[in-house]
Amino acid sequence: MSDLRDDNSKALPDQKGPEPVEERNRQEDSTASEAAEASAEQRAELAASNSSSGPADSAVTEAAPQSEGQKPPAAVETDPEREAKLKAAAEARAARAAAKAAEAGADDSAPSQQPAAAGADPEREAKLKAAAEARAARAAAKAAADAAAEAAPPEPKPPSPKQPLLDAIAAVLKKEIAADAVEDAYINELNDDMPTIIIANAHWGRAARLLKEHESLSFNYLRNVSGVDYETHMEVVYHMIDLASKREVAIKVKTDRDAASVESAAPLWSTANWNEREIYDLLGIYFPGHPDLRRIMMPDDWVGHPLRKDYEPLDSEV
Amino acid sequence: MIRTEELLLNVGPQHPSTHGVFRIIVKLDGEIITEATPVMGYLHRGTEKLAEDLNFTQIIPYTDRMDYVSAMTNNYVLVHAVEKMMGLEVPERAEFLRLIVMELQRVASHLVWWGTYLLDIGAMSPFLYAFRDREMIVDLFNELCGARLTYNYMRVGGVKWDAPPGWMDKVRDFIPYMEKKLKEYDNLVSGNEIFLARIKGIGKYDAATAIDYGLSGANLRCTGVDWDLRRAEPYSLYSRFEFDVPLGTKGDCYDRYLIRLEEIRQSLRILKQAVQQFPAEGETMGKVPRVIRPPAGEAYVRIESPRGEIGCHIVSKGKAEPYRLKFRRPSFVNLQILPKLLVGETMTNLITILGGVDIVVGEVDC
Repeated sequence: MSDLRDDNSKALPDQKGPEPVEERNRQEDSTASEAAEASAEQRAELAASNSSSGPADSAVTEAAPQSEGQKPPAAVETDPEREAKLKAAAEARAARAAAKAAEAGADDSAPSQQPAAAGADPEREAKLKAAAEARAARAAAKAAADAAAEAAPPEPKPPSPKQPLLDAIAAVLKKEIAADAVEDAYINELNDDMPTIIIANAHWGRAARLLKEHESLSFNYLRNVSGVDYETHMEVVYHMIDLASKREVAIKVKTDRDAASVESAAPLWSTANWNEREIYDLLGIYFPGHPDLRRIMMPDDWVGHPLRKDYEPLDSEV
Repeated sequence: MIRTEELLLNVGPQHPSTHGVFRIIVKLDGEIITEATPVMGYLHRGTEKLAEDLNFTQIIPYTDRMDYVSAMTNNYVLVHAVEKMMGLEVPERAEFLRLIVMELQRVASHLVWWGTYLLDIGAMSPFLYAFRDREMIVDLFNELCGARLTYNYMRVGGVKWDAPPGWMDKVRDFIPYMEKKLKEYDNLVSGNEIFLARIKGIGKYDAATAIDYGLSGANLRCTGVDWDLRRAEPYSLYSRFEFDVPLGTKGDCYDRYLIRLEEIRQSLRILKQAVQQFPAEGETMGKVPRVIRPPAGEAYVRIESPRGEIGCHIVSKGKAEPYRLKFRRPSFVNLQILPKLLVGETMTNLITILGGVDIVVGEVDC
């Protein structure tokens, strides 16, 4: 039985193999014939709209390249063309309204419905043309606006109100520890202009003590500790605040991925105790100086650190 | 000669007073605790790992299941963080709805705490009173979003459902009802001598210790530290309303009890103003891109949940899924002080102190 099933499963793709190709051919045939039915001037208009290449007209422009190289289009619709142009000139208002409609329903209206009409309905063509023109105009306007934006020099942003705080913290750290203690200091605009400082791993222990105990810093409340695996390196992020003055800072410490280690902040802020245990458990960052570094969420005999990006469960079937 | 030896006692994980599956191993000398070691992780579901494969709208129901007693505030911290990163505007009506459900949730959450805490320390009937009144809020939520516990109500940019006709009137009617019931609670319990003997002066710590342990919510405010994020770092519409932040002085279980009851009163006060100012009409969903992609970067956003500071740290790489999502859960952080508080206490006080911290294990383990 199992052999049979195996044979079947093997045979299936072979049998099915050619089918999709045939289907595709059939589809292509139908679209080709449909496209071929589209009138010549329609194609010309479509080609014109092609240059504007807005996202909305993708469905319309698709028809143009497909019809190329197919049956030569019948040149029977010269009259409708003239009529269409006349109508387009006369009924500009109606056409503009139609342009909106065409834009809204561009995806499904263009290739499937037009060929059915096949240029017999000049009003439709007029609308199409108007739509194409409107699109081109919009694209041109947008391009112009973009060019203008590029031409104008970007105005320098006013410095964040938290910039002085950031500078002050960085200055204290550099002065008290070492010039290379601060790897980077920037304002995180996504987070209400949070002052963010990246501290060199080797200096983090002394920097932490300074951040808590220096009279001009005194960040007494550690709100959060996060570990992040960036695949190239690991990072521990400390969010701390001085409750009295509401000055807040985010501190990041980078560490190597293979021997991830960041000096523990638990002796300074008791908050860090379980948070660091959690990071050790889930991300495998070692915290020397931690009073009780054990797993906290996963069982003690768990293998691996689940929040690492390359984590593979030991028993993948579980 | 009396032979004495140290007794190792295991409490939990299936113990009714641990409110879920939380375990604590205590070393006892007679009836006095000499060492306490909390063991957790029994409810760890790996929410943060799961979230890395989900888009932000899909993560919202997972936040319901962290602190399942206060799902609305959990919803809010996630959508608020994403909105902040993307710079989205939320329509006023939607923000009002969010604020109203969050305050109702705070009342409901404190009622659950009040009932179960008294149940823990031996009073059966308050539990029934509290759940009777909480049921009214749960019914309101049920009418609003079709769920009684895990609401999945908020979305990035607004809320999923507008309030049904007549809903706001029911909220308006609930406020005086609850105010009346609060007096009943006080009459029933707050002055009870046995109750006072059980919780006054128990589980004491000072402000410096509370700050060192990063406590938040009533656990921090019972020491007199004026730190309520609704006031200290206003989010949503809280800056528009008048309310007091109740503070304690002694830092014991009784202060925490009084603060939580007072917070119900203050929440009702906010609700009264919010219902009055609620815009008669408007959108409930802002202009939000179809696919929610916060720009590359990171943000740590926090709000005041009934249990304290709940934070959401999003690291984004500009994709629809977060690169890393970390929740700062107040129950987890608040619980850290427990081993320190328990040393030197009796076994009966273990229940009093643990209950006073107000944990939800779904949030401790995440």
